[in-house]
Amino acid sequence: MNFRIISALVLRYLFLYTRSPMRLVELVFWPVVDLVVWGNVTVFIQRNTNPAFGNEILFLLGAMILWDIMFRAQQGVAISFLEDVWTRNLLNVFVAPVRATEYVSATFIVGMLRITVTAVVLSLISWFGYSFNIFQLEWWLIPFFANLMLFGWSLGMISTALILRWGQAAESLAWAIPFFFQPVVAVFYPVQDMPAWSQPIAWCFPPTYIFEGMRDVMKTGTMKWDYLWYAAALNIVFMALAGWLFLWILNLTRKRGLLTKFATQ
Amino acid sequence: MPAPDAREIILEARDLTREFDGVKALDRFSFQLHRGEVLGLLGANGAGKTTAMNCLLGLTLPTSGDIFAFGLPLQKHRIAILQRANFSSAYTALPGNLLVGQNLIVFAKIYGVREPKKKIAELMELLEISHLAKRVTGQLSAGESTRVNLVKAFLNDPELLMLDEPTASLDPDIADKVRKVVRKVQRERNIGILYTSHNMRDIEEVCDRVIFLHKGKIVCEGTPTDIVAQSSSATLEDVFIKIARDGEIIDEPQKDKAP
Ligand SMILES: Nc1ncnc2c1ncn2[C@@H]1O[C@H](COP(=O)(O)OP(=O)(O)O)[C@@H](O)[C@H]1O
Ligand SMILES: [Mg+2]
Repeated sequence: MNFRIISALVLRYLFLYTRSPMRLVELVFWPVVDLVVWGNVTVFIQRNTNPAFGNEILFLLGAMILWDIMFRAQQGVAISFLEDVWTRNLLNVFVAPVRATEYVSATFIVGMLRITVTAVVLSLISWFGYSFNIFQLEWWLIPFFANLMLFGWSLGMISTALILRWGQAAESLAWAIPFFFQPVVAVFYPVQDMPAWSQPIAWCFPPTYIFEGMRDVMKTGTMKWDYLWYAAALNIVFMALAGWLFLWILNLTRKRGLLTKFATQ
Repeated sequence: MPAPDAREIILEARDLTREFDGVKALDRFSFQLHRGEVLGLLGANGAGKTTAMNCLLGLTLPTSGDIFAFGLPLQKHRIAILQRANFSSAYTALPGNLLVGQNLIVFAKIYGVREPKKKIAELMELLEISHLAKRVTGQLSAGESTRVNLVKAFLNDPELLMLDEPTASLDPDIADKVRKVVRKVQRERNIGILYTSHNMRDIEEVCDRVIFLHKGKIVCEGTPTDIVAQSSSATLEDVFIKIARDGEIIDEPQKDKAP
């Protein structure tokens, strides 16, 4: 791993964002729309239910913000790769002394920068607009954030592998990947309220532990440490699998002689 | 018999074969490129020139055969080799949505150029494109874009340079300038260049030696003058056409070794 090369690749993406402010708008626009919708739903439920549950329902906003962190991390990785596909830059990158791991690391960093921007905007709006303070999660926020970002990165690598294998036809699929997981990782409802058969599946994915933990912390101020360990361990497994998939597909693309097809006219 | 070239071999292919769906785009292709030599790879569209270059850059894996650069096997030492090499083609471009200067600074940093700004300014001046630094890359003309690509290709002072049809889509004036600059930098820095083109002017002016490919196989090789002399044609262009049509450089298969 060469940090000079990673920082040069990140610099390329930073130039891209400063060159087209629309990209920054896109970073903020959808999360804000989501937040306003979920915020209004929360207010509506709070007004029409008993105060205890009304207080509890605030976790919808927490869930929405944390979900967005994961989703943006995935997008950061996939979009960075697509930027290189769209601008036919992959060939320039791969005839330069850039290792696949360095390339992927740069997309991770872009993912992290993107979610930092989104998270700051969402935290401010939810606090001022809906009196929901994400920082009530206190220090728990750090492991939550880190675990969701890691899972987002894994999904990003899977999306990238799909695009490498099936070309731009797979783009929309690559986009949708996080939403395949949304129903089973207990984002907006507790695992115990899911159908019994789907509960064991839910516990296979790291985000489930984080969203369960978030609800616990909001209710009781603490959570099971076990959950964090399970999430971290599963994340390592998913990162390894997704990384292996990406490298395997990249090598397959070289074997099939298709890497240059992404790069030339 | 010409004297064997005593210079160091910086790029070598041995029996390089690449099949696509059972068709051989490259068929037991072998060659050596020496330090400071410009080797032209010629052949009709589809002869296998780009496939050869993609294999030599590690972008495409060969079906069989071996590649060595600077004496090292490419597969194992790709990153170290690419640090000492570079590539440019008329068919690729730097990201169109960045400024020329931004693109070049990114690649200068990737290659670890010591004084990137100074190096970029020098090379842009050499290629007479200093005024393009603040332009959007995607809005350049073909001639400008080719020269920006060449600046990128010279950034890391490569010892080995692969140029895939660098003068394609250039007008004769710009093509002439590009050839002269390539030749000048190549002589000054003693770069070994693998150069593909359909343009015979390019080949005669720039290449020390050429290899003619037809359907992935070497048909003949030598200096441009030697090749014309060996053939039954009057010019290199006629040789090119003859090979493209018949896959041979002489009219009748001569039985010169017959008793
Ligand atoms: N990725 C690929 N898949 C299938 N066939 C390919 C691929 N790349 C090149 N070819 C075929 O290989 C042959 C050589 O192509 P190429 O190396 O591009 O020729 P040249 O550069 O000499 O014009 C052509 O017949 C081309 O269609
Ligand atoms: Mg070609």
